[in-house]
Amino acid sequence: MNTTDKKATRQGYGDALMDMAHNEKIVVLSADLTESTKTHMFEKKYPKRFFQCGIAEQNMVGMAVGLALSGKIPFVSTFAAFVPSRVLDQVRVSVCYSNANVKFGSTHAGITVGGDGATHQAMEDIAAMRSLPNMTVVVPCDYEETKKAVKQAVIIKGPVYLRLGRSKLPQITGRTTPFHIGKAEIFRKGDDVTIIACGVMVHEALKAAEKLDEEGIEAEVINNHTIKPIDEEKIIKSAKKTGAIVTAEEHQKHGGLGSAVAEVIVKHRPVPMEFVAVNDTFGESGEPDELMEKYKITSKDIVRAAKKVIKRK
Amino acid sequence: MGEVKNLRTRANTLRQDIIRMISEVGSGHPAGALGMADIFAVLYFHILKHNPKKPDWEDRDRLVLSNGHICAVRYSAMARSGYFPVKELKTFRKINSRLQGHPSYLDLPGLESSSGSLGQGLSVAAGMALAGKLDKKHYKIYCVVSDGELDEGSSWEAINAANKWQLDNLIVIVDRNYIQISGNTEEIWPLGSLRKKFESYNWHVVETDGNSIKRLLGAFDRIKHMKGKPIVMIAKTVPGKGVSFMENNHVWHGKPPSREETEKALRELQKK
Repeated sequence: MNTTDKKATRQGYGDALMDMAHNEKIVVLSADLTESTKTHMFEKKYPKRFFQCGIAEQNMVGMAVGLALSGKIPFVSTFAAFVPSRVLDQVRVSVCYSNANVKFGSTHAGITVGGDGATHQAMEDIAAMRSLPNMTVVVPCDYEETKKAVKQAVIIKGPVYLRLGRSKLPQITGRTTPFHIGKAEIFRKGDDVTIIACGVMVHEALKAAEKLDEEGIEAEVINNHTIKPIDEEKIIKSAKKTGAIVTAEEHQKHGGLGSAVAEVIVKHRPVPMEFVAVNDTFGESGEPDELMEKYKITSKDIVRAAKKVIKRK
Repeated sequence: MGEVKNLRTRANTLRQDIIRMISEVGSGHPAGALGMADIFAVLYFHILKHNPKKPDWEDRDRLVLSNGHICAVRYSAMARSGYFPVKELKTFRKINSRLQGHPSYLDLPGLESSSGSLGQGLSVAAGMALAGKLDKKHYKIYCVVSDGELDEGSSWEAINAANKWQLDNLIVIVDRNYIQISGNTEEIWPLGSLRKKFESYNWHVVETDGNSIKRLLGAFDRIKHMKGKPIVMIAKTVPGKGVSFMENNHVWHGKPPSREETEKALRELQKK
């Protein structure tokens, strides 16, 4: 793990769009948040394929559908606080019902937005997006993984939601780390408990596993970047092995990664589970690490949850 | 005059189909569909460059139906132009049908989008128009919207978008029938002068009688020469047009006719 060179997932989004720009079908739409979503580089170099849609997200999504149904691959770029929340109707009827090939790069997701406070801390977006037929939902854990996710999203025929963050994160993966949308990756092997995480929380899960190791508990850490379609096989296999699961996400407890994992577990291999997530409350202003501490989504909370779930075996 | 007469007959056929379809299944939206029959006859049998045998022909004109609930008129026009067998109209709104209660893009080739929730089609059409410009294509995008759905703020986002990108390959047809599900549009959510509103967004505006084939042909002729800005045709229509007891009565927005009413409606239409 390289923790010195920190980069935000939104930076990976902007950089990957530049890398992929040779594909002339790719067009980028922004709702007055171009620099924030790191699409300003694309705007500068490919102005003809960049559409500044103003503070009018509903129209932006509709136009993306029209572009997609005409053979383009539009990347709708704004904050996760607005897409999906403000445009869920457009995403449901115009995008998903037609399986339109629209990609969503929604940045500033989760509580680590920080100072902007609760209005801008989208923590229900995974639940909303994964409930829609035809939608793929991906939450990359770092810069490199985001780049790979963007590249694979281009290949998928149908809508893809990329949940991205504002804050700079440590680099966990490298260029050669395997990544396939729909396939979870085991980042650490262990027999006592499985920690399944996505996004920012993958880093916290790895830190938690180290702490647990010091206490003689072997945790398996799964980077479950794709919430939908979820990698049932890998989750069931690990559940069979460890007999206890902790999920960790920067999202509401209801409807996110934890719920998605629980849906798999209760059906195929019921084992005790604990959920590290925001507990049905809004966030507030503060520094990202302060907020993670206060809203109980740090490695310490994962360690606590792991010990608790092991006792329930 | 041969073409006008021909299109009038076509529109009458669409109206009879609409009554039969909605009556057969016992649900649907007759008023708006009947009111738009003349416009759909003119579009499908005179204006649109399309190929029913090749619905995904790249250079076709696109028709986006934003107010999806009037889809009976579109299904009838599509069947009568050869997209699918006329007898399939009987499956409208029934289980396992391609003719969903609101249009489903993936189910039926020839629909350009899915619609049902109002205020979305204009944006989709604007996106298609933008794609046409990017690809330097000559096809046109026609988008049918209801006056009621202009209540939606998202419609006005799209209207400004079309202005921003000067989408003169986009022709929006507003079904100005002054009626929505709960009553008169001007009482429910006053729209006022659509001409002034669209002009203030820098659109070309054409007003016409949406139930006169002759005037519609004239209006489409005028549109051909308009350049540089998006175009809106504000078409005044009579909801329920062609069936005396349905005309201008908002209760027929989403109500099917009984068996007796169906027979009465068809008798009226067959006399025309």
